[in-house]
Amino acid sequence: MPISLRDEAAIAGIGLTGFSKHSGVSELSLAAQCITAACDDAGVEPGEIDGLVSYTLDSTDEIEVARAVGAADLSFFSKINYGGGAAVGTIAQAAMAIATGQASTVVCYRALNGRSGKRMGQGVSGDIVTSDLVHWSWYMTYGMLIPGSWIALVANKYMQRYGVTREDLGRVAISQRNHAQRNPRAWGYGRELTMQQYLAAEPIAYPLCLYDFCQETDGGCAILVTSAERARDLRHKPAVIRGVTQASTQGQEQMTSFYRDELESLPEMEMAAARVYEQAGLGPDDIDAACLYDAFTSEVIMQLESFGFCARGEGKEMVREGALDRDGRLPNNTHGGLISEAYIHGMNNIAEGVRLVRGASTGQPDKPVNHVLVSSGVGVPTGALILGSD
Amino acid sequence: MAAEGKLGIQRCSDCQLLRHPPRPMCGQCHSLQWDSVEASGRGTICSYTVLTHPQFPGYDYPLVIVLVDLEEGTRLLSQLVDCEPAAVDFGLPVQMHIQEDADGFKLPVFRLAEDR
Repeated sequence: MPISLRDEAAIAGIGLTGFSKHSGVSELSLAAQCITAACDDAGVEPGEIDGLVSYTLDSTDEIEVARAVGAADLSFFSKINYGGGAAVGTIAQAAMAIATGQASTVVCYRALNGRSGKRMGQGVSGDIVTSDLVHWSWYMTYGMLIPGSWIALVANKYMQRYGVTREDLGRVAISQRNHAQRNPRAWGYGRELTMQQYLAAEPIAYPLCLYDFCQETDGGCAILVTSAERARDLRHKPAVIRGVTQASTQGQEQMTSFYRDELESLPEMEMAAARVYEQAGLGPDDIDAACLYDAFTSEVIMQLESFGFCARGEGKEMVREGALDRDGRLPNNTHGGLISEAYIHGMNNIAEGVRLVRGASTGQPDKPVNHVLVSSGVGVPTGALILGSD
Repeated sequence: MAAEGKLGIQRCSDCQLLRHPPRPMCGQCHSLQWDSVEASGRGTICSYTVLTHPQFPGYDYPLVIVLVDLEEGTRLLSQLVDCEPAAVDFGLPVQMHIQEDADGFKLPVFRLAEDR
């Protein structure tokens, strides 16, 4: 009988650094700061950490972090590939480690100087020595260097097929910017966005313009995972991991899965949805709020369909009805998300999922929140997580 | 094949499946043997984008990027040249030609087909 991950582990602590455009400190410092903050939040000593999980894109190795924070001997460490696709995958790895006894206190972290340090979209150069670099050569040669350019081909096709308008993308950006008005950590705090401003923004990669893009941020975010049983004795109400999975499907490339029969759906996200719902024993009707990965506005609308909140092509109607707002059917990215809070590669969306389950978000809906769905990066090998209140 | 002025598509020598982007093994029959067929260069626009910002050295902006359904059945990402951004649209027929840059580097690009 395989081990089910349902209700085995829980998130007991979340830790953030301040978010900025210029941290002035190293990525290792950011990692150490957010990890100790997550320990404080949980009421756990850093010396109890015996597992660490991060992204292959993170510059900070586990052993550097372990020495910096004074962790215990490590019995579990791993890094996950594919950029923001790693986000909830880190939680999946942590939950597996806990369910199988490989570790007892696992911290998942992502820390980056994403604006003042290495920025996205700089391209690659040098010898083509890996299969990944061979893959990029088919696109970067033509000037397709930025993530927005890769997503634009999918967004354009999707919008044309289903009659999604620029205003619909704008509704996503504005809904999340409105959430950010309640969140002092958010870059968008105090920066309201109108539809007129949205539509007048500088084009970048048609049909995507400035406000369709996420932030570039310096900062770190850490998530402390332990057994559900132990989490009940710690400082906060646990955010129990009802289900979590990674997902990659046939024809998968990293951001450029251009060779499937249709471009206007997200097969890897549909796979993540089917697996996470089955594991949790839940369906879309049971989800009260979400943190859908939002590197770009178009991705949010497409995921409403992938996760079964509406039929194919009807994501735009949900957005027009205000479903993503605080009083809507599916309050989404109530902290502002990657678009209006910060771009910590999806880890800050997981932290918001925890706050929603705790009832502690600055954008907390008035309705009860029992289950929150969080997703990883879109257009890459990805994953999904359902957090539940105990 | 671009260096010879041709657009090639990788083909499994055993099961004849065309594949793009090229890879060492056929995912259908696991053969390591492959050759290539010369594409006609005719296709239609599956999707497109127009890049305007940021502007990297060596490219002419606005840069019209097209994902082309080649008539042989595979897709190819390329650039649409000699076309105003406002004129590009889904489904338009396009024709490949080989463009050579100042360094002698040859790359397949597309124009809107003349007989459309």
